[in-house]
Amino acid sequence: MSNDNILSVDHLMMRFGGIVAVNDLSFAAERRKITALIGPNGAGKTTVFNCITGFYRPSGGAIRLAHDDGRVVKLERLNDFRISRQAKVARTFQNIRLFPGMTALENLMVAQHNVLMRASGLTFLGLIGAPSWRSAEERAIELARTWLARVGLLPRADDAAGNLPYGDQRRLEIARAMCTEPALLCLDEPAAGLNARESGALNELLLSIRGEHGTSILLIEHDMSVVMEISDHVVVMDYGVKIAEGTPQAVRDDPKVIAAYLGADEEEAIAVMESTP
Amino acid sequence: MSATSARPHASQPSDSAFILKKALISAAVALVLFSLMIGIRTEAGPEGNLIYWTRFGDLAAIVATVFGGSIIVELLRQWWGPVDKERIVPKPVQSAMSFAGRWLAPALLGFTVLVPVIFYDQRYILDLSILVLTYVMLGWGLNVVVGLAGLLDLGYVAFYAVGAYSYALLATNFDLSFWVCLPLAGILAALWGVMLGFPVLRLRGDYLAIVTLAFGEIIRLVIINWQSLTGGPNGVSGIPRPTVFGIPLDNSDDGLAAKLGIEFSPTHRLVFLFYLILAMALITNWVTIRLRRLPIGRAWEALREDEVACRALGINTTTTKLTAFATGAMFGGFAGAFFATRQGFISPESFTFQESALVLAIVVLGGMGSQLGVALAALAMIGGFELFRGFDQYRMLVFGIAMVLLMIWRPRGLIGHRAPTVFLERNQAISSDLVKEGHG
Repeated sequence: MSNDNILSVDHLMMRFGGIVAVNDLSFAAERRKITALIGPNGAGKTTVFNCITGFYRPSGGAIRLAHDDGRVVKLERLNDFRISRQAKVARTFQNIRLFPGMTALENLMVAQHNVLMRASGLTFLGLIGAPSWRSAEERAIELARTWLARVGLLPRADDAAGNLPYGDQRRLEIARAMCTEPALLCLDEPAAGLNARESGALNELLLSIRGEHGTSILLIEHDMSVVMEISDHVVVMDYGVKIAEGTPQAVRDDPKVIAAYLGADEEEAIAVMESTP
Repeated sequence: MSATSARPHASQPSDSAFILKKALISAAVALVLFSLMIGIRTEAGPEGNLIYWTRFGDLAAIVATVFGGSIIVELLRQWWGPVDKERIVPKPVQSAMSFAGRWLAPALLGFTVLVPVIFYDQRYILDLSILVLTYVMLGWGLNVVVGLAGLLDLGYVAFYAVGAYSYALLATNFDLSFWVCLPLAGILAALWGVMLGFPVLRLRGDYLAIVTLAFGEIIRLVIINWQSLTGGPNGVSGIPRPTVFGIPLDNSDDGLAAKLGIEFSPTHRLVFLFYLILAMALITNWVTIRLRRLPIGRAWEALREDEVACRALGINTTTTKLTAFATGAMFGGFAGAFFATRQGFISPESFTFQESALVLAIVVLGGMGSQLGVALAALAMIGGFELFRGFDQYRMLVFGIAMVLLMIWRPRGLIGHRAPTVFLERNQAISSDLVKEGHG
């Protein structure tokens, strides 16, 4: 494996009382690559995500984020909002968490809170309408407009986020995460509930985020068409431990993975896996 | 409700059967409920024995009223249609309403500015409008906490009290003028807002409401018991009246009337107070509208919508909540200082839970987050309260019924929709169904 890892997870351990949700998990995500974290339901994928994005404090182990400029952040020491603000890790949620009563544009403006807060002189410059604040706000609206256009939601910019169709909400959440200008984008099942056409569009969007922005992506996904098509590296988890990792093709043919997904009967498992695209 | 809304509105046999059935059930419940409460009256006899007599006539009247009332309510409901349904309003009515909506706020403001001119001789109306404006200001202040940030605060009166006592004590002990004390009162109240904010940061919903309620009571009890500072239940009297930037509003040779060469009248002070509170309320409004369009205001609303998402976007929810508490408290403190200078005397009696409940009711009735709605609700609540004074003991009853009706027809307050803070092409209101109330 190359040494240019943006994220390295070492011996991560997460216990909830007596339950060990993640047990001694180690993997790395390469810079400017798409890494997928897959596994059957209850494997502990979302727990890993919550540890990386600061919603849980790991019981043990280390999570390191290496920025382009060589700065290394110890994610297990940060928590809460600091992960996004200082470590530049953005995330989306398995069950979409937009601000439904705010417009699509407002959602993207909220994402730029920290930049705008500084520009508004902690509100005081903004209150008197200082020119520096106004230009900062215009820049923020411009960035939001760019991302709305990228996800194809520009015509719906002024509609309430809660009124958008499901697929649009998924894409808006990704756009909102990108408005925080992250180094690492963590997506929790971005294709859940999308139809074939929508998940195709999602693939293109994620590839363009990786290609044009150079943002590294870590994603949890059940939709194999997404995982197989766009990921550069796949990590497979089951019962809180890593059971396999490698290229999509290698993982796909790994009997341990097939067994984990479909029970022990490998003959049957292989047949099902081959019938899926 | 859904059972009736599925039927067409024109009266049909099934409809009338349904109404009759419902009315009969209501009447039966009333019969059971009131048969002992009203039907039989007991009293201690002259020798200590129990005597009773029946009042079946009254009971029959009550049951008949419930029966008839139930039919009327059902008919009203059918006539009105389901609460959450989009009603098709004819075009001219629609345009008239949007016209009224656009001009209501400026018209109201224009009328308010002219109130002292129109009602110059009617002291009662002037007094009442000062009171209404005080509550408008309090409502706008609380709106920041409850309406924007979605933090249910039942102890808002604490900050009102802090502001009032700050001014009263600073002015009587240190001879500071109103204009020096006003910002101090605001700052002190904001400080207490932050102090309240810290312990309640982790609380949500009902728990937050209980703790803020207790906080309001604590402040009041401290004021009552700290006799050496606050004078306890006797309050603080002899609070200086406001001056027009140093020129007193009295009958002396230095007074404003003498300086302007006009005849002195006590109404001058009332008019001055009126414009003072109007200016303070409008500044509150302006600042709030401004704040909504700044990142901090958007963060407040985002916090109300989804706190977890806020954290994922790098918003410090702690400071965001604290600034909301502090901002709301500061406006409460300003209003408190004004209250003290208007009354000239304050005591803990003025800062009971009832005040908090009243201000909260204004915010909720007005439509959480809507500035115009809060102003209208304050007018309706305080003005309406005075209007029903003639009803004497039935005033609370009428008032309660009015509020229940309003909540049935407009569950999200008078003005429930939300105006976006920024837009690209179309500035369209967001339906109240989508806007969250916040979870604390």
